[in-house]
Amino acid sequence: MSALTLTLKYRPDQRVDMSPLVCQNLQGMEPTEIAGLELQSGKCRLRVDQLFNISGSDTQTIVIKNSFEKLDFIGKELDGGSITVEGDAGAYLAMGMKSGDIKVTGNAGLYAGCELKKGYLEVSGNVGDFLGGALPGNKMGMKGGLILVKGNAGERVGDHLRRGMILIEGNAGDYCGSRMIAGTIAVMGQTGRYLGYAMRRGTLLLWNPPLLSASFNDCGTHTLVFLPMLFNAFKTLNSRFADASAAFNRVQRYAGDMAEMGRGEVLVKK
Amino acid sequence: MIINGVSIDATFAEAFPMKATRAIITAQNEKWALIAAQAMTGFATSVIACGCEAGIERTLNPDETPDGRPGVSIMIFAMGGKGLAKQLETRAGQCVLTSPTSALFAGIDGGTRIPLGKNLRYFGDGFQIAKVIAGKRYWRVPVMDGEFLTEATTGQVDAIGGGNFLVLAESQPQALAACEAAIDEMKKIPNVIMPFPGGVVRSGSKVGSKYKALNASTNDAFCPTLKGMTHTDLSPEIESVMEIVIDGLSKEDIAQSMRVGIQAVCDLGAENGIKRISAGNYGGKLGPFHFHLQEIMA
Repeated sequence: MSALTLTLKYRPDQRVDMSPLVCQNLQGMEPTEIAGLELQSGKCRLRVDQLFNISGSDTQTIVIKNSFEKLDFIGKELDGGSITVEGDAGAYLAMGMKSGDIKVTGNAGLYAGCELKKGYLEVSGNVGDFLGGALPGNKMGMKGGLILVKGNAGERVGDHLRRGMILIEGNAGDYCGSRMIAGTIAVMGQTGRYLGYAMRRGTLLLWNPPLLSASFNDCGTHTLVFLPMLFNAFKTLNSRFADASAAFNRVQRYAGDMAEMGRGEVLVKK
Repeated sequence: MIINGVSIDATFAEAFPMKATRAIITAQNEKWALIAAQAMTGFATSVIACGCEAGIERTLNPDETPDGRPGVSIMIFAMGGKGLAKQLETRAGQCVLTSPTSALFAGIDGGTRIPLGKNLRYFGDGFQIAKVIAGKRYWRVPVMDGEFLTEATTGQVDAIGGGNFLVLAESQPQALAACEAAIDEMKKIPNVIMPFPGGVVRSGSKVGSKYKALNASTNDAFCPTLKGMTHTDLSPEIESVMEIVIDGLSKEDIAQSMRVGIQAVCDLGAENGIKRISAGNYGGKLGPFHFHLQEIMA
């Protein structure tokens, strides 16, 4: 049984809500039934076969081809199975995902992996603001799982992050780890201003020295036993994080944000 | 049955169901991992008065441990789950948390989860940090030498305690040498511990006593100095008896351990003063697991 492949026929002017096209919703459906599903696009509702050529029948392995930045809510609340996006993904990629894995070969928009609960999200390109964050007004962002971004991330990475891990091979924008409740964000590249702004707990793991606010206090240089275990857990990833040369256990530790609870930490490679 | 001049009694060892867990202790080097492990498994020879039976299973190479440092695998056995959890937590808190450079990890992934560092984290007084790595929860507790890293829980499984055999020899040095040879071989078997000092017991007990306060007392039938004044199980040439007690995760593990241990004793043979191998039991009425010596050595 080959993967259910949805190949975009044309690029609609309005954004498209792709949330109905997740593995658990399509389970047991024939391609003809899937073709008849309707997707919201602006004020219109479009049949799936108006937008996509459909081939394959394995609804637990979905491939979206020719994807572009206006396909929103891909993999929303996905609960098992896998989705591969060939091209770019729109906003709210993998929002509230419960399990399974999503891979995007291009870039992703705002709020990728927001409020993700479990599972694996990989973006080969760049992502927009609020990666793994909380929706506006909500108090908790990502609550578990793993997000890997091979490119750069926008502002407010892990805003209100509660649990789980965000790995960024490139740079992260301003306010990275803002209002973090717990969890781990690792950034191999540069970070912007206001790193860890109002973070309560959690770990920001950095390869390069950051611009730290005055509300982060230096706790000295340390060799931490948990770091080799953390890097060991990355070994299965198709990522620079899996390289043994990327691992370290000697860090400069900063505690903060002292303007908040102050139980968070910024660990910088020494 | 006679092996190399050593008579194997037609009797059996009687063993009991227990609950067990395993923990892995690591440290900066093997020396300090062993120190922590010895402390954690100290005063744990018998559930009769220690609350649990514990021992070092084996040392671990850095590539076998979760944090890539030298380590030691220890096992703890108790009569029930509650007692086991209490012993594990108390010992981990007093013996591993306190030991320099140590870290503590689960040694059993399956079974019922019981707290390992889950409650020890409160020693961190609010400065402790949780980390979920590869689906397992760990606690980083700040301590004076850096950080104490511990896994939150470990697995508790059904197990068996009280496998045993007795070595009957012509002299005390010969009995001890035979037991040492047996322990050296038995330590190579996984999933078992020999909880007594050095793995050997010289004070095997029987059920009951002439004193009402005691529910166990010396096994007079196997005491060589009482040969003329009690109903003895010893022939005139036996001058010393020592016992090896085995706790294990399964019947097969204990049987395998007994087999290699008895074989090591028999390899020394009659020319080294080893005359008989026997075993301790209560007539088969108390423990559901029976390890028949002649079946094991067949």
